[in-house]
Amino acid sequence: MSPQPQAAVGAPLSRVDGRLKVTGKAKYAAEHNVDGAVHAVIVDATIGRGRITSIDTRAALAQPGVLRVISHRNAPKLPYRDNAMSNKSNNPPGRRLRVFQDDRVLFHGQPVAVVIATTLEAAQHGASLVKVHYDAAPPSTELTKAKADKPTKYARGDAEAGLRNAAVRMDLTYSMARNHHNAMEPHATIARWTGDKLTVWDKTQWVLGTQTEIAAAFGLPQDDVRVISPFVGGGFGSGLRGWPHVIIAALAARVTKRPVKLVLSRKQQYFGTGFRPAYEYRLRVGSDRHGRLAAMAHELDAETSSYETFTEGVLPPGQMLYSTPNVQQTYRTVPLDVNTPIWMRGPGFATASFVIESAMDELAHKLDLDPIELRRRNEPDEDQSSGRPFSTRRLRECYSVGAREFGWHRRNAKPRSRREGDWLIGMGMAAGVYDTARMPAQARVRLDADGTAVVETASSDMGPGTYTSQTQVAADALGLTMRTVDFRLGDSLFPPTPPHGGSMTMASVGSAVLDGCNQVRRQAIKLAVEDKESPLYGVDANDIVVRGGRLHLKNNPTRGEKYQQLLSRNNRTHLEAQGSFAPPSGTQRYSFYAYNATFAEVAVDATLGLVRVRRMLGVYDAGRIISPTLADSQAIGAMVGGIGTALLEHTVTDHRDGRIVNANLADYLVPVNADVPDLKAIYLDGEDREADPLGVKGLGEVVMIGVAPAIANAVFNATGRRIRQLPITAEALL
Amino acid sequence: MIAGGVTAGSALGDAQAAAEPAPTSRVALTVNGTRRTVTVDNRTSLLDLLREHFGLTGSKKGCNAGACGACTVLVDGQRVNSCLTLTVRLEGAEVTTIEGLADGDELHPLQQAFIEQDAFQCGYCTPGQIMSGVGCIKEGHTGSPEEIRESMSGNICRCGCYVKIVRAVEQTAGRK
Ligand code: FES
Ligand code: FES
Repeated sequence: MSPQPQAAVGAPLSRVDGRLKVTGKAKYAAEHNVDGAVHAVIVDATIGRGRITSIDTRAALAQPGVLRVISHRNAPKLPYRDNAMSNKSNNPPGRRLRVFQDDRVLFHGQPVAVVIATTLEAAQHGASLVKVHYDAAPPSTELTKAKADKPTKYARGDAEAGLRNAAVRMDLTYSMARNHHNAMEPHATIARWTGDKLTVWDKTQWVLGTQTEIAAAFGLPQDDVRVISPFVGGGFGSGLRGWPHVIIAALAARVTKRPVKLVLSRKQQYFGTGFRPAYEYRLRVGSDRHGRLAAMAHELDAETSSYETFTEGVLPPGQMLYSTPNVQQTYRTVPLDVNTPIWMRGPGFATASFVIESAMDELAHKLDLDPIELRRRNEPDEDQSSGRPFSTRRLRECYSVGAREFGWHRRNAKPRSRREGDWLIGMGMAAGVYDTARMPAQARVRLDADGTAVVETASSDMGPGTYTSQTQVAADALGLTMRTVDFRLGDSLFPPTPPHGGSMTMASVGSAVLDGCNQVRRQAIKLAVEDKESPLYGVDANDIVVRGGRLHLKNNPTRGEKYQQLLSRNNRTHLEAQGSFAPPSGTQRYSFYAYNATFAEVAVDATLGLVRVRRMLGVYDAGRIISPTLADSQAIGAMVGGIGTALLEHTVTDHRDGRIVNANLADYLVPVNADVPDLKAIYLDGEDREADPLGVKGLGEVVMIGVAPAIANAVFNATGRRIRQLPITAEALL
Repeated sequence: MIAGGVTAGSALGDAQAAAEPAPTSRVALTVNGTRRTVTVDNRTSLLDLLREHFGLTGSKKGCNAGACGACTVLVDGQRVNSCLTLTVRLEGAEVTTIEGLADGDELHPLQQAFIEQDAFQCGYCTPGQIMSGVGCIKEGHTGSPEEIRESMSGNICRCGCYVKIVRAVEQTAGRK
């Protein structure tokens, strides 16, 4: 624990970048003013699989303003080196899509050409005039009809025997629709070459991943590519990979010798970036008559592309959430003629939790047990997948606080027993868990003689408030006010950080920032205690704290001096340090997870099947909370996202040609203001000292897990109808 | 440099017989109190005019199809989706964007309320939400949280800040 007073950390502060955002001055990827930039618009394949036989670009090129049309017929060959060189890409195993390198079409919407023009209007019109002819083959886009890859398996005990001998058995099949991130900011890239060096302004959750992907594609040294991304208009995972359009923008800029701006249309987000894959998931559960789980057998199939094998953390919840002696899991990817999926908020865990938590609710009903009581009976003493103790696990407390605050006792266990006019009212709950991931990170900290500090990391802020929370950490560790710390991120020239995803930014980057700031503070203290002219000369360094930019004795605040005085007297322009964090290597001693209990109350129209969420509550065991205001927003926002997954979001593909028919925000429904009532979040006080120096467990994902099953369970309680598919539509309820 | 020359680029040598230059129009309009006369490609939306020609990137493009509200601005005091509004229709119009809302350094009360309520995360939908909220308050659709929710439902926030957006609008409407 830091010896420093904690003035900023834990305080309900508003965002340091708030003013920029409410005045429209925060600059997102497409908004950087790059002199002489021209516009690029991608032409998408209109078949689901096959070959390009001809491309007629004459009409497009005849348009005033159109500079160039690039396709596989005239594109320079790109080396597309393996990105494994740096182990810094998020490319899944396989052979990634290589833009304009051959005539093959692997999925509907694949880029087949790009039109570059001096104006956006000319580029858009030009793109519509490019005539592409194909030799089309029927695509395979149906998860349930295609052949699966070899499975990944996990087993402990003997699940089949456990099921056979169980007093109570259930065999349930679930299906979860594909979800698209649909962040409000479309993916966009501006690329500018200066000689052989490239600068890219990109929407990305990982400037280093984008940097290494571009470097690999073009065969450049990593340092010849700079990626800049100060603001990200939402990501939820879609920015975790350098997508083909990023390479296209850089290629177009190289060919035209002009800076190029390329913004994906809303429609192009659906196949130009990844998605949360659809799943078919069979779960068999066996328990004794008291609800103690004996066995669970999971068999799950998930979408992937024909060219890359995408997998995600869908197995851990089934291995560690509940005490289960016998577990068996079979996880198969199913290659389809679609683009490659990617992580989406709460990846894997959200999917598995929907299944497990729905099944637990079903089991509770079957045994006539309260769903919370059933979960309590299956609370494990240790992580049964590893035999390790939990660093912290306060799920029981989440249940009791949640039950009390939500008024769980008012729930009638008998479904369809509460009615208000046409509306059937029900309550449901679910538990949630997410991995506390940490990865190596670095930060550069400089304290200037004027008593202000600059902290730099390559990290991102897609919305959770990295700028603010990292400033809080830095301010307290340096003993400065928030105003005197300038925290910068989103530039590949800054010290390296892991992807801004998987809820690991605070733990990883925050710990590096903390380390760097601690070093700088200690340097200053050392300078003071060794400086005969300092009022702190000769004092034990451990007795000194810094507050408001002033070093002083912990027990006698009048004895001390300001950073400015100390540095100027010692002729130091600045003090500086490189902070770093790395999770302990080797075998971990603990099992690290964040937890929640999520509660929902819904109203279902008895005749129309319409589901309305009335209120929700999430209670979280997420370790220390650096920024309560922002954490609250994050949890509430995830509930909104979860309402989308539960009730609205569904990608519809025309399997005849592989076209996504609802690739727009009018038909792919996401929650709007009228869909969102009263949402509340409670974070349990506490910290996880084993997880990382800050004691945080990560927030962004865990707040999403459990939302959809809590709603589904509430729908059951309201109607008596168990819907085992997402989204839960009115049609399914009728 | 701003809006002229929108169609100035000509086709390169490898183009076939050049098509007709895109038709342009001259439009005089007021943006955030400044009168501007521009020659624009007739296809140019108000949103693209603001973002690509005037450098006013505060108005956001989320869908370019009227479905998300990120591009909301006020035209003659009414909230509109600027992505669906053609510039050529705006002769004599008065446009207010997020950049024109604050009074110098003094934020508009709704901008201030958005900060106080933490009514945003990534901030991308925020200018549209705020402009829409200004319209909502002006229209008097702030009688209840339900009414605000309905009236603000043309503005998607994928970060899910709705609860706090409603609070910010309520707070500002209450102060009027
Ligand atoms: S960009 Fe205009 S409504 Fe979406
Ligand atoms: S704040 Fe991110 S979309 Fe609204």
